[in-house]
Amino acid sequence: MSRTIVCRCEDVTIEDLKQAFAEGYRDLESLKRYTGFATGFCQGKCCTAHAARFLSALKGGDDTVADPIRTRPLLHPTPVSRFARAVELLEDE
Amino acid sequence: MRDRAELVIIGGGIVGLSLAYHLARMGMTDVVVIEQGYLCFGASGRNGGGIRQQWSTEENIRLAIQSVRMFKQLARETGHNIWFRQGGYLFLARDAETAAALEKTVKLQNRMGVPTRMISPATARRLVAGLNTEGVEVCSYNSTDGVLFPWPAVWGMAAVAGKLGVEINTFTRVTGIDVKDRQVVKVVTDRGAVATQRVVNAAGAWSWQIARMAGVELPNKPYRHEILVTEPLKPFLEPMVSDLEDGTYFSQTMRGEILGGIADPQEPSSMETNSSFRFLARMCNSMVRILPRLSRVKILRQWAGYYDETPDGQPILGRVEPLDGFIQLNGFGGHGFMLAPAVGKIAAEWILRKRDHQIFQRYDLDRFNRGETRREQLTIG
Repeated sequence: MSRTIVCRCEDVTIEDLKQAFAEGYRDLESLKRYTGFATGFCQGKCCTAHAARFLSALKGGDDTVADPIRTRPLLHPTPVSRFARAVELLEDE
Repeated sequence: MRDRAELVIIGGGIVGLSLAYHLARMGMTDVVVIEQGYLCFGASGRNGGGIRQQWSTEENIRLAIQSVRMFKQLARETGHNIWFRQGGYLFLARDAETAAALEKTVKLQNRMGVPTRMISPATARRLVAGLNTEGVEVCSYNSTDGVLFPWPAVWGMAAVAGKLGVEINTFTRVTGIDVKDRQVVKVVTDRGAVATQRVVNAAGAWSWQIARMAGVELPNKPYRHEILVTEPLKPFLEPMVSDLEDGTYFSQTMRGEILGGIADPQEPSSMETNSSFRFLARMCNSMVRILPRLSRVKILRQWAGYYDETPDGQPILGRVEPLDGFIQLNGFGGHGFMLAPAVGKIAAEWILRKRDHQIFQRYDLDRFNRGETRREQLTIG
């Protein structure tokens, strides 16, 4: 069994991706949710491209899987306290 | 895609899939589910996983009790671990009026067998270490409420229904519903048409659009609801904590993350799912107020889903006059996920065995014409 890690935050391996694909999770958003890649500390900065490449290969070189998963804030993990007083900046609060 | 079916379910969220799951297990598998995105694309894949029985109406309490019982079995039944953890739900009331209303709902819950208790702020502090109860008048706590991980519940129901013979089409968009002599006859999609006599509208935030295709106007309006998640921490927070003053709620997932959201009275109806700084600021402010020890915890991600809201905060279920074969299972606001197991089963028994249920009278669309609406008081967001 391959132990090649695709997502280092959540320890997702190539085997995990293959297994998920075999079970029918064949788009990047579903693959992400089923295996958990891109849901850890780096939020996909390190693994999304790898996962997309493997998915493309599993689909016989289909490059439509290159659509990235939806990017969301935050850019970097940031403590709650950094935003807690920002309500003062909101016009209507 | 099949070109005909006994029943077509529009919406591959938890409500539509729960119906498909129960129908299939009762033996009806000539069913086609149509989902516009991937499974978990809509609110079923974007919610906080809160499962509670603390409601203000008998119907919702009953549906919730039944759903909790079913969620407890779901992992075993589907082979998908849904990480259901009954750590309880703790509501904070900050003024006398809210406290009195809460106490009334607790009495109703107790009568129906839910072991909710009104507890003092001091008792609440023993349940949640570090809880700031300054300004909190009283709390309600039910130990049998809890949280789960929504995705595997969706996948599990889909997997079982699919294995039993239901056809689930993802990335398929409904473009029309054909009606002939007040009878639904066909669902048209961008991947072909399905001839059918019965269509279920379980499209969540998109329900009003789907209904319009059949010439039905629903009062449902979609609202964005934002949510965030932190880095995982070792387990320390047992219950879901929810502040009734501003509609904040957060809990610790089985992965250890703190996950929660906050109501925003200024949110307009929209099909928007962008993330806002306004939400981030308001949520963080509230988290620090309620549980100051969260201030150093790092936030990883924020996202958004939808509430499919009706004027009285209650779902729309059942037939719409004068159309035949067009069944509504929508308008669940922020609590569709937690009621879906029971609603799906009741709807399956109604469709397959013609077993009627009071929710199809109480929650039918016509109630707005009759003026027989009764607001659910305990909605968050």
